[in-house]
Amino acid sequence: MISVNQLVAVSLVYVAFLFAIAFFAERASVRGRSGWLRSPLVYTLSLSIYCTAWTFYGAVGYAARSGMEFVTIYLGPSLVMIGWWWVLRKLVRIGRAQRATSVADLISARYGKSNLLAIVVTLMAVVGVTPYIALQLQSVTLSVSIFSDPVQSDGLSQSTATFWVAFGLAIFTVLFGTRNLNANERHDGVVIAIAVEAVVKLIALLAVGIFVVWGIAGGIGPMMDRIDSSPIGEWSMDRSRWVALTALSAAAFLALPRMFQVMVVENEDERHLQIASWAFPLYLMLMSLFVVPIAVIGLDILPAGSNPDLFVLTVPLAEGQGGLATLSFLGGFSSATSMVIVATLALSTMVSNHIVMPIWLSAQAEGAQVSGDVRNVVILARRASILMIIFFGYLYYRLSGGGAALAAIGLISFVGVAQFLPAMLGGIFWRGATRWGALAGLVVGFVVWVFCSLLPSFGPDAVLSATVFDNGIAGMGWLRPQALFGVEGIDPTVHAIVWSLTLNMVAFVCVSLVTFPQPLERLQGAQFVNVFDHSTQARGWDAAPATSEDLMVMAQRILGPTDALSLFRAEAQRQGLSGHLPEPTQGFLQTLERELAGSVGSATAHAMISQLVGGASVSVEDLMAVADESAQILEYSNRLEAKSAELSRTARQLREANEKLTALSVQKDAFLGQISHELRTPMTSIRSFSEILRDTDELEQAEKTKYASIIHGETIRLTRLLDDLLDLSVLENGQVSLNLDTGNLNDVIGQAVLSAGGDRSTRLTVRHEQAQIDRPLTTDLDRLRQVFINLITNAQKYCDAPRPELRIDVVDHGDGLHVVFHDNGTPIPSESRTLIFEKFSRINDKDGSGAGLGLAICREIMARLGGDITHEPRADGNAFIVHLPAQAALAAQ
Amino acid sequence: MGKHVLLVEDEINIIEAIQFLLSREGWQVDTHSDGATAVEKVRSMRPDLVVLDYMLPGKNGIDILTELRADPDFHRLPVLMLTARGQSRDRDLAERAGVSRFMTKPFSNTEVVTAVRDLVQLAQ
Repeated sequence: MISVNQLVAVSLVYVAFLFAIAFFAERASVRGRSGWLRSPLVYTLSLSIYCTAWTFYGAVGYAARSGMEFVTIYLGPSLVMIGWWWVLRKLVRIGRAQRATSVADLISARYGKSNLLAIVVTLMAVVGVTPYIALQLQSVTLSVSIFSDPVQSDGLSQSTATFWVAFGLAIFTVLFGTRNLNANERHDGVVIAIAVEAVVKLIALLAVGIFVVWGIAGGIGPMMDRIDSSPIGEWSMDRSRWVALTALSAAAFLALPRMFQVMVVENEDERHLQIASWAFPLYLMLMSLFVVPIAVIGLDILPAGSNPDLFVLTVPLAEGQGGLATLSFLGGFSSATSMVIVATLALSTMVSNHIVMPIWLSAQAEGAQVSGDVRNVVILARRASILMIIFFGYLYYRLSGGGAALAAIGLISFVGVAQFLPAMLGGIFWRGATRWGALAGLVVGFVVWVFCSLLPSFGPDAVLSATVFDNGIAGMGWLRPQALFGVEGIDPTVHAIVWSLTLNMVAFVCVSLVTFPQPLERLQGAQFVNVFDHSTQARGWDAAPATSEDLMVMAQRILGPTDALSLFRAEAQRQGLSGHLPEPTQGFLQTLERELAGSVGSATAHAMISQLVGGASVSVEDLMAVADESAQILEYSNRLEAKSAELSRTARQLREANEKLTALSVQKDAFLGQISHELRTPMTSIRSFSEILRDTDELEQAEKTKYASIIHGETIRLTRLLDDLLDLSVLENGQVSLNLDTGNLNDVIGQAVLSAGGDRSTRLTVRHEQAQIDRPLTTDLDRLRQVFINLITNAQKYCDAPRPELRIDVVDHGDGLHVVFHDNGTPIPSESRTLIFEKFSRINDKDGSGAGLGLAICREIMARLGGDITHEPRADGNAFIVHLPAQAALAAQ
Repeated sequence: MGKHVLLVEDEINIIEAIQFLLSREGWQVDTHSDGATAVEKVRSMRPDLVVLDYMLPGKNGIDILTELRADPDFHRLPVLMLTARGQSRDRDLAERAGVSRFMTKPFSNTEVVTAVRDLVQLAQ
């Protein structure tokens, strides 16, 4: 009898041996001598992780219970492998082309790189694979318990043993799978170790089988007789179960995360598939060859009630073959460990890539320091995920009581992961599949699975109460977990398979039909479905002929017809070609890509051009559809841009208006201040002197007269000021009505000189030659005279020459007459030349009698009359020039 | 008595009126009508009080007052400011510049004379 301690020692040596193999394999791989590591044989053997402890131990138990039905578990994968040309080849090609790292990654990539889908698939995979891990724990625990003597059974209870098994497996996986991190997610060491384990489990099972047939039964003939006479020989086939289970195992083979890992991710060369297509079914055949004999002999020689799941161990032990039993144990151990390692590796990749890393990166976003420690975070995340997944398995084992048969637990897991299949196959064969369709199918299938398969597996009253089993949720009879929609009398497993996958597919197809794929989804869909249409060679643009017409059509849809045409025509001209179709040279393609990138983004632009030029998996129609959508988006964004441009224009106008108003308000304040000053100053004199006259008795007559005349003068000044202000305001508001009349220019000047010269006190000499140019005018003669009078009185007031003089000349300038008022005073400084026409501007106002409104009024009047007034400095004084418009212009006023 | 008053104002009629009013009170009144040179005039004349117009050619009354107050000699010199610009902002400006009394034109003769009398007495 072999003790548990010896068993543990053997296991440790075996594990150390696996480590050594993995270590050397990885070192060889690093040195680039990995040819032998990546042979078709190793690939085929690595696929054998399909055969877990369930297969190793459970198949015999299955056969002992249900006869030949266990074959379905081998039949499904064999059919998939034999028909590899149809599905598997495509899956591997796509997985490699898209650099998919997991099932979640693949599904998310197909549906427009949706992270939501990746998360959903990851969570489903974790939940779906948990029973499977529990299964491995259970089988290892059971196999160890066989060796421990039931009589001197120490305090080591079964669940404690399971815990230590789980712990050991977790450590083993962490050490094995996450020693280093490869960018391509490949694990050379792991692959070679599981290949070795595949050989060990095959040899172990064959050895037990050979011993049973030749050692116990005594040859093939007697064996056949014993089979015929055993209960298994009376087995009859349940068609529905056969079909359902075969389909299920085929589905699981494609959809299991660990299978995807070895089949797609670790695939080195597509041609390996071709060899695996017959080699793997052969392996499965060898694995199943002795299942029935072992089962029959086990039922024969072992006492009734022994666990048939352990016949592989108990039969040799019963025959005293300790060495064979140990080999068998190692076979089972290999099956369990290889499955747990690869499954948790695959799951931890999914968990860390799709759940932990996105969260960590977004949490780091503000830290901005995404440096080398990402690597450490990834490894840490993977290790934590591995521990968590194995812990879940342990938890499931504890909760489900560990009692159920191995095969039953395995089937639950199969049904769970099979839910990925519609989204996967739909994604690679059906272009119409959409993200929401995939999501709907996955969620519906998952919910049905949980309700019909996972929760019932804990047994009545564990999670679901017995009433739910009998009467449905809330007493609704159609919601019974094992008789959904009132369909009764079906085997629970078949029931779960049929309902979950049917509803999954219905949801997937229906939602896909009513939703619309986004551009990226559409492109990815085309990439997946037409994966074989595009060359695997690196595509140089100039290698394949792109028709300029295609490029032109695409460019037109994105850039708009005018821009596209001018771009193409310019290039054609540059190439010396006539027309608008240039040769698609490398340079031109780059230019075009840049132009397109400005509209649709660089990635899309590059994808479109390379697809079009490289000839391709994406049809021109697809590209055009994307282009149309992009164009719509572009148009929409152009409209938005126009809108925002309009808004900013309005904002600018408002700002300008506001500035204008502010400026106006400042001007108005200044103007009011000025008016106030101009009005209050004379009023001050008037008030002050009238008070003096009123309050002072002893004034002399001369003083009284003087003060009274000051008051009188200031009153006149006030009146004139008010007149001017009113005049100006009327002129400025444009309310003035012109009093048109025809008269003689010389007469008007003469009248002005007379009126201004009425004041005898002035010393100014006015010269006006009557004989000059004279012609009749039709204008407002009174207003014109007012301008002339103003100019003459200004000269009287401000001309500071010792002998002040004003000469008035009329000059014909062709476009009209100029009346020049030329004085001999000090020239006005150039900086004041425009200022003098502003209101209240006074330069050199000695006696302060003017309000500074005269020239402003003159300018307003001339503007109304269609002319102008300007000032020019002269060597000997100032010239104010009144521009009279040509007669036509005047008449037009 | 015989206080010395400097009147800085550019309107001849107002100069005449104020000169009449203050002389009658027994004060000696000097006049100056250019803003630009007003500060120099104060420095050379050292009056007991200044009557200062707001709007002057060359430099306005606020600037003149600010410049005076910057000089320690004229820190406490009584200044009566007169303005014809009826804006309240001007009073704030003047008070910030350190005016002793601020009056708006047209003024009442009595008020001006009283203000000047008060300011001179206060300064003593």
